[in-house]
Amino acid sequence: MNLCNVTHLTKLSLVSLLMLPLSVLADTAYVSNEKSDTLTVIDTNTLEVINTVDVGMRPRGIIFSQDYKYLYICASESDAVQVMDVATNRILHNLPSGEDPEQFALHPNNRHLYIANEDSAVVTVVDTESRTVIAQIDVGIEPEGMAVSPDGKWVINTSETTNMLHWIDTSTHELADNTLVDQRPRHVEFSKEGSLVWASAEIGGTVAVIDTATRSINHTIRFAIPGVHRDKIQPVGIKLTDDGKYAFIALGPANHVAVVNANTYEVLDYLLVGRRVWQLAFADNQSKLLTTNGVSGDVSVIDVNKLKVVKTIKAGRYPWGVVVKP
Amino acid sequence: MVLFLNIKNPAYYNIYTALTWFWRHIGITTKGLCWLFLWQQSAQAAVQNINILYVQQRQDVSAEPLLLKQAASNKTLAGATLAIDDSNTTGRFLKQHYQLTVVEGSNTGELISQLNALFAAQDAPVAVLVDVPESEFSAISNAVLSHGALVMNVSNRDDALRQSQCRARLLHTVPSRAMLADAMTQYLMSRRWREWFVVAGNTKDDQAYLSALQRAAKRFGAKIVEQKNWSFDTDLRRVAQQEIPLFTQHDDYDVVVVADEQHAFDKYFPGNTWLPRPVVGTEGLVPTGWHWTLEQWGATQLQNRFYSQFAREMTESDYAAWLAVRAISEAVTRTKSVAPGALYDYLISDGFELAAFKGRKLSFRAWSGQLRQPIPLVHPNGLTALLPLDGYMHPVTDLDTLGFDKPEVRCNMAK
Repeated sequence: MNLCNVTHLTKLSLVSLLMLPLSVLADTAYVSNEKSDTLTVIDTNTLEVINTVDVGMRPRGIIFSQDYKYLYICASESDAVQVMDVATNRILHNLPSGEDPEQFALHPNNRHLYIANEDSAVVTVVDTESRTVIAQIDVGIEPEGMAVSPDGKWVINTSETTNMLHWIDTSTHELADNTLVDQRPRHVEFSKEGSLVWASAEIGGTVAVIDTATRSINHTIRFAIPGVHRDKIQPVGIKLTDDGKYAFIALGPANHVAVVNANTYEVLDYLLVGRRVWQLAFADNQSKLLTTNGVSGDVSVIDVNKLKVVKTIKAGRYPWGVVVKP
Repeated sequence: MVLFLNIKNPAYYNIYTALTWFWRHIGITTKGLCWLFLWQQSAQAAVQNINILYVQQRQDVSAEPLLLKQAASNKTLAGATLAIDDSNTTGRFLKQHYQLTVVEGSNTGELISQLNALFAAQDAPVAVLVDVPESEFSAISNAVLSHGALVMNVSNRDDALRQSQCRARLLHTVPSRAMLADAMTQYLMSRRWREWFVVAGNTKDDQAYLSALQRAAKRFGAKIVEQKNWSFDTDLRRVAQQEIPLFTQHDDYDVVVVADEQHAFDKYFPGNTWLPRPVVGTEGLVPTGWHWTLEQWGATQLQNRFYSQFAREMTESDYAAWLAVRAISEAVTRTKSVAPGALYDYLISDGFELAAFKGRKLSFRAWSGQLRQPIPLVHPNGLTALLPLDGYMHPVTDLDTLGFDKPEVRCNMAK
C-alpha cells in the first residue's frame, strides 16, 4: 500500500512539474472576425476567450510586428491597414494601404509591409515607420496570398483569377518571375529555410510545392476525403512545422484539415474541424494548431503531437485570420 | 498510400521519408533541366496574338417603355470585353495578347461574308462568340466551323443544340433551358411544391421553355395540374388585377410557373394569382446563369470589376461571354497553343477546370459541349438557392443532374 502511495505521489509531482512549463508557455491567439468587425482574443493554455476587441470593417489578414508590440489588421472594407497597440488593444493609427487590403506579409526588416489589394490588381508596399507607400507593383487579377522568404529576398503574391504566383524581387520591387498554378491560388507559405514554397489552389483543389531556386513546381498534392465531393475540397491556409515533419492544410468547405508529410508530400490524415476552415496558426511552441472556421463561427484546436482535435472555441461571426503571440 | 497508424511511430516516419526523398530528388533534377530548356526557348518567343471574334446579329426585342429597363446596347459584349481585359492581365506575364473583334450585322449573309474576310486575314481567329437569334445560329456556326475555329455559344439556350445537334468544336457557356428548368424543379421539389399551374406564351421560345418544364416535371416527379397558353394581346398594365386572378382559378396548386421569355405578360402574375402562391419560371423565382446578387466565392470582385467598367449589372449573357473568353484563355495558357484543335481537345478533357465565382470548378461535358455549372435561383433582390442541391446524386458529378445527361444525348461528336 505504502509503495503504491509513493508511486502515486511521484506521479503527481511529475505531472505538476510538467504542467509548470506548460502554463509558462501559454500564448495569446488573436482571431479576426470578418463579419462582426472584431478580434477574439484567446488564452491558448486555458483555451478560453479572454477578450473581444472592436476593429475596422471586415478584418481579414492579421499579422504581428516582430516584437509583438503591434498588430497589423487588414480592415478590408475600411480600405485601411490598422495598427493596434497589443498592450492596450487600441488602434493607434491607419496605414495607407490601397483599396480593399485582404492579406499582407511583413518583411524580415520589420518595416516593409507588402499588401495585396484585391480590387485593383496591385501589391502595395508600405513603410510602417514613415507610414508612406514606397511602391505599387502591378500583378494579376485579384491578388490574394502574400509571403516573404525568410531571407527577405522574395515576396510572393498569388492572383486568384490569373492563377499565378508572382515573384517580386524586394531589392527592385519589380516582378522577376511568375509561376502558373491551379485555379484560384489563395495562400503561400515558405518552408522554414525558404527553399520551398507551398501554394494552395482553392478551386483547383490542390497544393503545389514549388522550388524557390527554379520557381517551378516540384510536386502537386491532391486530396480525397471519403464522403466529401472533390469539388468541396478547397485548400486555403497552410502551416508547416519547424521540425519539417508536417504540413497542415485547411480544406475550406470540406471542413477538414489535411495532415501532410512535409517530406514525402503524402497526406497522412484528415482531421474534422468546424465548417469552412480557413486559416491556421501554431500555438504553445507548435504543440497546438488553431483553425478559424468561418461558417460555424468558431476556432478548432488541434493537438499537433497526437494529431487530434481537442477543443472548439466560439469566436465572432466568420472568423478569418489567426495569429499567436507567445 | 496513407499510413494512418504508423505516422506517430518515428521509425516508420523516417524510413518513409528517406525513401521518398531519394526518389523525388531524381525527379527534381530532371524537371529542373527541362524547365531550363523550355525557359530558354520561351525567352526567344515573340508575343502571341490570340484573336477572338464576337458575332452579333441585332435582334428585335420587345419594346420596354422605360429607357432604364431597356437591354443595354453592350449586353453580352461587355462580359467578353471584361474577360479580354482579365486575360490580358494574365497574358502580360506569358507574352500573350488577346484581342476581341466585333462583327455586327442585321442579316446572316452579311455576317458570314464579314467572317470569311476575317478568317482570310493574318492571325485568323481561334474562336468566335456567337450571339445571334436561334433561327440563325446554325448558319453562323457552320460558317465558323468550316474555318476550323471554335464556336462559343453565349446566348442560345436551345436544348436541341445540346441533345441532338451538338458537334465537335461547338461549346456552350450559357445554360440550356433544360438546365434552368431542372435547377428550378430541384428546388421546388425540395420545398414539396409539386403541383404546378403552368402558363406559357405562344412564341417558339416560350414553347421551348414549356417543353423544358414538362421534361423537368417528369424527371423529378412534379405534377402539372393545369397548363394554359397565354394568347391574349391586350395591354395588361391597367387590367392585370381583373384578368390574372380569373385566369389562374383552379382547385389547388403549389406554384404558378410562367414561361414567357420576352416578358410580355409574366411580370403581372406575382401577387395577382387566384390562390396566394409563389410565381416561378421566367418571373418571380427565376433560374439563371448569373445574377447581380451573387457575392460569395469572390463573386463580389467580378461584380465590382464589371460595374466599375460598365456602370450596370452583370447579366446572364455577359457572364456567359465572360466564361467563353476565360475558357479560351485558360486553354491557351495551359496548352501554350493557339491551334483551335488543341484548344478544343484540352477544353473537353478532364484536365480543364475553370474558376468562375460559383464556388466550384466548371468544366465542359465532352459529350455535348455544354459547360457544367451551378445554377442560381434568384428573385429580383436576392439569391434563394444555388442548384444542384445536396442529395441529388449522380455517379460522375452532381452538376450533371442539371440538363441533358450523357445517356440522353444523341450527338456525333467526331472531330
